[in-house]
Amino acid sequence: MLAGLQCPGYPEAKLSSVSERLPCREGQAGTLLALMGEPEQYCFPSIFIYGHRATGKSHVILTLLKELEVPHAAVSCVECVSAGLLFEQVLLAMFGSESATLLPRSPSLSDFVRIYRQFCAQEPAQQTRYIVLERAELLRDMEANLLPGLLRLQELVDDNVTVILLSEIVWDKFRPNTGCFEPLLLHFPDYTKAELLQILSLDSNPSYSPELYSSYINILLGVFYSVCRDLRELRHLAALNFPKFCEPLEKGEAKESDTHKLWRNIEPHLKRAMQTVYLREVSSVQWEQQQMEEKEATALRGLSAHAHVELPYYSKFLLIAAYLASYNPARTDRRFFLKHHGKIKKTNFLKKHEKTSNHLLGPKPFPLDRLLAIFYSVVDSRVAPTASVFSQISSLVTLQLLTQVGHDDQLDSPKYKCAVSLDFISAISRTVSFDIVRYLYDFL
Amino acid sequence: MSKRKSKDASLPVGECVSQVQRIMRERFCHQKLPDKPYGLDSQYKHLLELLRRTAVHGESNSVLIVGPRGAGKTMLLRCALRELLELQEVKKNVLQVHLSGLLQTDDRIALKEITRQLHLENVVGDKVFGSFAENLVFLLEALKKGDKSSSRPVFFILDEFDLFAHHKNQTLLYNLLDVSQSAQAPVAVVGLTCRLDMLELLEKRVKSRFSHRQIHLLSSMTFPQYQETFRSELTLPDTFPDSKFSQEWNLSIKKLCEDKSVEEILQKSFNCSKDFRSLHLLLLLALSRVSVSNPTVRAADILEANRMSAADSKANILHGLSILELCLIIAMKHLNDIYEGEPFNFQMVHNEFKKFIQRKSHSIHNFEKPVVIKAFEHLLQLELIRPVDGGVCKVQREYQLMRLMLDHTQVMEALQRYPQCPTDVRQWAVSSFG
Repeated sequence: MLAGLQCPGYPEAKLSSVSERLPCREGQAGTLLALMGEPEQYCFPSIFIYGHRATGKSHVILTLLKELEVPHAAVSCVECVSAGLLFEQVLLAMFGSESATLLPRSPSLSDFVRIYRQFCAQEPAQQTRYIVLERAELLRDMEANLLPGLLRLQELVDDNVTVILLSEIVWDKFRPNTGCFEPLLLHFPDYTKAELLQILSLDSNPSYSPELYSSYINILLGVFYSVCRDLRELRHLAALNFPKFCEPLEKGEAKESDTHKLWRNIEPHLKRAMQTVYLREVSSVQWEQQQMEEKEATALRGLSAHAHVELPYYSKFLLIAAYLASYNPARTDRRFFLKHHGKIKKTNFLKKHEKTSNHLLGPKPFPLDRLLAIFYSVVDSRVAPTASVFSQISSLVTLQLLTQVGHDDQLDSPKYKCAVSLDFISAISRTVSFDIVRYLYDFL
Repeated sequence: MSKRKSKDASLPVGECVSQVQRIMRERFCHQKLPDKPYGLDSQYKHLLELLRRTAVHGESNSVLIVGPRGAGKTMLLRCALRELLELQEVKKNVLQVHLSGLLQTDDRIALKEITRQLHLENVVGDKVFGSFAENLVFLLEALKKGDKSSSRPVFFILDEFDLFAHHKNQTLLYNLLDVSQSAQAPVAVVGLTCRLDMLELLEKRVKSRFSHRQIHLLSSMTFPQYQETFRSELTLPDTFPDSKFSQEWNLSIKKLCEDKSVEEILQKSFNCSKDFRSLHLLLLLALSRVSVSNPTVRAADILEANRMSAADSKANILHGLSILELCLIIAMKHLNDIYEGEPFNFQMVHNEFKKFIQRKSHSIHNFEKPVVIKAFEHLLQLELIRPVDGGVCKVQREYQLMRLMLDHTQVMEALQRYPQCPTDVRQWAVSSFG
């Protein structure tokens, strides 16, 4: 295990303590250490580390830098809404508070480099300084010169400094138009199933044996591995569902050796967890409470069950009419909505010209006239076209149940699209006892 | 080992390796200047003569150094400046102003930087006073007052010259080149750029004041020369403290160059690019594997370094996807095949995936739609798929049109390398039209 982490210039004891804290990442940590070299030697100007979420990118690099007491500045680009904040944080971490106060109000990269050089001349680097930027993909959205500037910072400030970028996205998507100093690319591969098992088994419950916990993790991976490989998510799910797994043991219904019984108990529970907790339909607190009270898992209504909206009577019909107008072709309106339509041959009508159904392609825009025509046809009673009907249309737009297409004209024949799902509209049409499926061309 | 023999002190291996690392890292990472630019003799002579004429005779010049990234533009210039400054009369006399297009993003900042670097009188402490217009007038006055004989020559060195051309009205470039054209203080304006169409970016009035002297650094290196560079970059200098170690090292490097597998790799990287940067990257990766237990660069190190630097990053990312996400990518690939690259939305992908589950799959159980949506959004986050209209339009997320950012072959290759890929998924991917 120690073979991976050897580097002259750093104390042995610290290296071994670091390698204990980085399970399954000895290879990457070793490569990084080898690239960093001895503290006073130069390192490559910029290193770009990419890999999936929760593959230990920031964990490895920050543990290395912290434990080995290397001067560094760790900045998350999410926090830095402007480049000024980024410069401030870097200077604070490198040279203390008086350097950051020297920055002007909205600093440019030029100011940053000037102040860096000034302080660097006072206290030249004994060791390589590191600037770690997490979520580096957000740098692309800042000023265009920032990313190329940071990549060649070593040359610009003429100091022993290395910029480390961490991201989930591949380097190809970062490269600016006229090119830049190419960083050294380092990939953090995903954890294999065995490695995930090993890492997750580390935080076992002290009141049970570690073997029991790893068999639990095995079951958990069996359910979730095909969907999710995110270590953090899996760890969260493991912690949430472990009490349920131990329930039969506590009640005395099963022993630790009855793996099959335990599996039968937990497996449907985990499958339900995928549809609820994994999607954050049910919050973790709710999920835990429900396990304590031993309610049936489906009894709880998730977030999406609350999507039901209470609407006025005419608004419901307006929405239904909008849905029909969005998903039916206009040429079929005569057949659906006219009481005494002329002779339309049934075979001719049913011959679908479009191969793919509209429910695949999404809603089509329709003019206001068509919406009102369908609305009058589906509402049984006579409705006067009063101001309230029109204001209901625009309030549906503000509720984002309808969207207006093409903002060219507000008054003269505006066009709309319906932005609700089929489930939603069938729930609404059930409340007014309207059979919407009978009117949809796709389902004939 | 540490026994002192003749006049050469032989150091312990650890010390030697550490010295080697220090020397090599300064070369590869810090771009330490070589003694003489390699293979650029005529350009070097031209530039040196030009700068010398400004420094010694007070002649105003402007020149553009053009070459692709990593071709050695900065190195050439720095070498020339170093040699020039060795002359005592020049060293006392010449002022240098270094600007970079990356840092000085507009003329105001550039002007402040110039006044700061010239130590002009209106600078008190570290603050620059006065507005942009005042500064410009002041600077031009200062330059105009000088003449050929009495005032000190100034070198203006503009790195990333093409970015200066994007400033408003190109005021700075106009003024600098105007000074170089009229009989004022002697200046040399040296621009470094990687754009071959640099002159087209300049305004007409600016262009007419430019001397149209260009130094092109288009690499004409042949493969034997490339090999020679490789060898010289790895060779230890004569000044190395332990001569025995350095001799052994140099011998092993010589042997390494003759190795067939190394030559193959060099040929490959030569075919990719001839610039020094990518060579340095390769060498650094190999060097990082040199340690006390392994005190020379072996062919295996070069192989490993090449494997690291040449890895396909998208394939690496695809390797870490879950089965569900991989299935979605295959569904997108099929949609691309059927509809010939038309954009798709989530509904179509889901439909295709459902067809696969119903008809063929035995290994993958049915997933709920929200779970599939979550997987789809993860792909979107990784930028493996991209919304067609930049994601600003107000359609529901199921109906937003997307494009797959992967190649047919990339998908198939990822599938081959995927660990424990279910057989039916693989068959589905191979079968044409879903």
